[in-house]
Amino acid sequence: MLEIQNLTKRFGGLTAVHDVSINFERNKINAIIGPNGAGKTTFFNLISGAIPPTSGKIIFDGQDVTGLRADQVATLGVSRTFQTTALFDRATVLDNLIVGHRLRTQSGLMDVLLGTRRLKEEERICRVKAQEALDFVGLSHVSHRVAGDISQEERKRVAFALALATDPKMLLLDEPAGGVNPEETVGIAELIQKLVRHGMTVCLIEHKMDMIMNLADKIMVLNYGEKIAEGTPAEIRSNPIVIEAYLGSENAAA
Amino acid sequence: MKIIDGKIGWLLLLALAIAFPFFAAGNDYYLTVMATAYVFAIATIGLNLITGYTGQFNLAHSGFMAVGAYTVGILTVDHGWSFWPAFALSGFVAAFLGFFVGLVSLRLKGHFFSIFTMCVGYIMYLLIEKWEGLTHGTVGIMGIPAPTGFAGIDFEAPRSQYYLVLFFLALSVWAMHRIANSLLGRTFMAIRNSDDLAEALGINLMRNKVLAFMLSVFYAGLAGGLYAGFVRFLGPGIASVEHTFDMTMYMLVGGIGTLLGPLLGSIGVPWLTQYLQFLQDYRFVVFGPLLIILVIFVPHGVVGSYLAWRARNASRLATEAAAKQANTQTSAAGVIGRGQQKGSSHA
Amino acid sequence: MELILEQILNGLTLGGVYSLVALGLTLVYGIMHVPNFAHGAFYMVGAFAAFFLMSNWGLNYWVAMAGAGVVVAAVAVLSERLVFHPLRHHEGLHHMIAAIGILLFLEASAQAMFGADFRRMQTPYAGIISMGGVTLPSQRLLIIVAAFALMLALHLFLRKTTTGASIIAMAQNRDGAALVGIDANRVAMMTFAISGVLAAVAAALYAPINLVYPAMGNLVITKAFVIIVLGGMGSVPGAILGGLIIGFAESFGAFYISTDYKDIIAFVLLVVVLSLRPQGLFTTGAR
Repeated sequence: MLEIQNLTKRFGGLTAVHDVSINFERNKINAIIGPNGAGKTTFFNLISGAIPPTSGKIIFDGQDVTGLRADQVATLGVSRTFQTTALFDRATVLDNLIVGHRLRTQSGLMDVLLGTRRLKEEERICRVKAQEALDFVGLSHVSHRVAGDISQEERKRVAFALALATDPKMLLLDEPAGGVNPEETVGIAELIQKLVRHGMTVCLIEHKMDMIMNLADKIMVLNYGEKIAEGTPAEIRSNPIVIEAYLGSENAAA
Repeated sequence: MKIIDGKIGWLLLLALAIAFPFFAAGNDYYLTVMATAYVFAIATIGLNLITGYTGQFNLAHSGFMAVGAYTVGILTVDHGWSFWPAFALSGFVAAFLGFFVGLVSLRLKGHFFSIFTMCVGYIMYLLIEKWEGLTHGTVGIMGIPAPTGFAGIDFEAPRSQYYLVLFFLALSVWAMHRIANSLLGRTFMAIRNSDDLAEALGINLMRNKVLAFMLSVFYAGLAGGLYAGFVRFLGPGIASVEHTFDMTMYMLVGGIGTLLGPLLGSIGVPWLTQYLQFLQDYRFVVFGPLLIILVIFVPHGVVGSYLAWRARNASRLATEAAAKQANTQTSAAGVIGRGQQKGSSHA
Repeated sequence: MELILEQILNGLTLGGVYSLVALGLTLVYGIMHVPNFAHGAFYMVGAFAAFFLMSNWGLNYWVAMAGAGVVVAAVAVLSERLVFHPLRHHEGLHHMIAAIGILLFLEASAQAMFGADFRRMQTPYAGIISMGGVTLPSQRLLIIVAAFALMLALHLFLRKTTTGASIIAMAQNRDGAALVGIDANRVAMMTFAISGVLAAVAAALYAPINLVYPAMGNLVITKAFVIIVLGGMGSVPGAILGGLIIGFAESFGAFYISTDYKDIIAFVLLVVVLSLRPQGLFTTGAR
């Protein structure tokens, strides 16, 4: 579904991502792991269009999307979450989600000033989508809570819901289980599996090894901006290069 | 509290405003103060759109108000236009200029944008001051005609001028209300929350920011045009950044990023200054520290704090209601469940 | 030829003053990552302090300048403690508004205490110096010498002393600096104090050839912002270089183009540069 060819990003003298090529398969859970500073978030920024690549190609669903802006990429069906989600804390959770479906609407200034039927209809649809997304992630009970008051785990789910409201084909999740306790992590993992069951393709960055090993269909390992390994959790777990670069220090006690 | 909500609340405010001249018992001075406050309220509501709703602090705002004012002044005094055609242009001239300024400045964010617009504002002020051929320089433009009357109403007297300005204020508030509560307004607010997140949601940042900017300076220009027809003379001072600071004060006191906030602030603060009349020129000796205290302790202003309190309240009530409902459902489900179990054991 | 030399010296004079003001601004930005819109007011307070120390207390020019430095340093530190420190977790918009609050308060207070009139500051260096066929008002020469001497002293302070190093450390990485035991509060106060002294000295140097009035800081501070944006926010060499560029641009611009529009030069420069390069001239990374 997402084909990356020789992707490279240089910031002045620093090469953050170097010649990375990989295929992320449709309807699977793909994970990107690697030590801190390996270039994972930069890689995400590149494929979501937040920053332009120095060289290389990104092909999504057969279409060359290299160099497109993040909003253009989102319109094509790639939705992305962030490590921290900026919500309008003084508004309700549902209220925050309505703008998620905006990209699929056409209403402009004229529609607003004239109060056209198109605007009314589109606002209705956005609200419906927002509620649907909220129901999907299991947060219907907080839809009327003030966004500033929800827990960290609920906030993570709201981020998912926001991404879902855009009607995506693929979700890029940046540390979806960050700052969440082990019990909640299981819940997040189940939610991700639910997304895939409903036809979504998922690509995530995570540091929680247990979660990744149990969840991912395919893992890519980055170190110092380069891809050092790619494969199934079993393959990665036993790959000596990976163990040395990353899992080594963690498995020292194991 | 329901009374103040929604349409009823706004209509109530409008009724009060319409009735005001009768309370003022024909005191022209009060009418003038209020009408001037309304003019700046229109501009402040515009500033709130780009700063409060879209998150970019535009320090050139008063420059655009001056553009609108001088459009009216130059066209009427130097080219013999009558007021209304000139006024009709004032907002659009400001927006036209705003398009170019916005295109260039909105690629910057945060402090850079504000510093850049501060410089743009200075350029506008200096141009107005020095370009005597166009703007009459420091001498200013005098003898701007009052809005031409029609249908037997003339706009020479303070009372009719008051109603004229009130009409445009009501129109401005209505339009802003429409915008703020629509998908467009939500788009702007998403941008304010986070540029990156908004973009990830498929929002075209530049297109929306420039639109917000143009709208906001349209309001400023319109206010400027009204100001010209109302005060009847202009000087470079109208472009001074101090006016932007004044409007920032109104927004902050009332509540940045709300609809009622800038309106309340624009009316409340000048009246407060009136009471502290001795402070008139030195008002910032008091307002400066006040601004600081507000920013530290009450950054959401009067209206913002009220709205936050109300949202919390509503959410608390909704949670309690949902909990109650869940309780009744579980007890009902418990009864049904036991019934089913009984049934199935017989099957 | 003489005229060009005169313009060059003029450019150095202006550049020296602008650089001192911009230095104070850039140091504070490096620490707080917030543009201190009140810096122009610090400059103005410095001028008034020096003026009154000289005229009312009959102090010597240099002593008055030192006194002004102390006064503005105090005002700056108070601003940091009472305003910027409480706001350290707030969004950028609040910092800007609060700084504006300080600016408005100081300006209005100056006007309340001293009136809006323009005053002329006396200087013991009112004479003219003749060197090799070029005549130059002594005050201007003094400005050039004093400004660059102060910049050199600042440079040495930042590079050679521990306190200076801690300022640089904190500007580069606030959390990292805290981890190695650098007291962020002390450094912040110190930086503000230094920025205040720089502003006061610049004002005291420049005031005799300009005028002293409550709004005098506005134009200067806007130009200082242009300088640090062009030179790189937080960069010391950038502030000095930028100051000189603007100083020369204004000096030559006023002479060859128009005195009326010379103030616009700095702003037009900023608008042009940022339109073409939104990240400024000397910054390497993204905005």
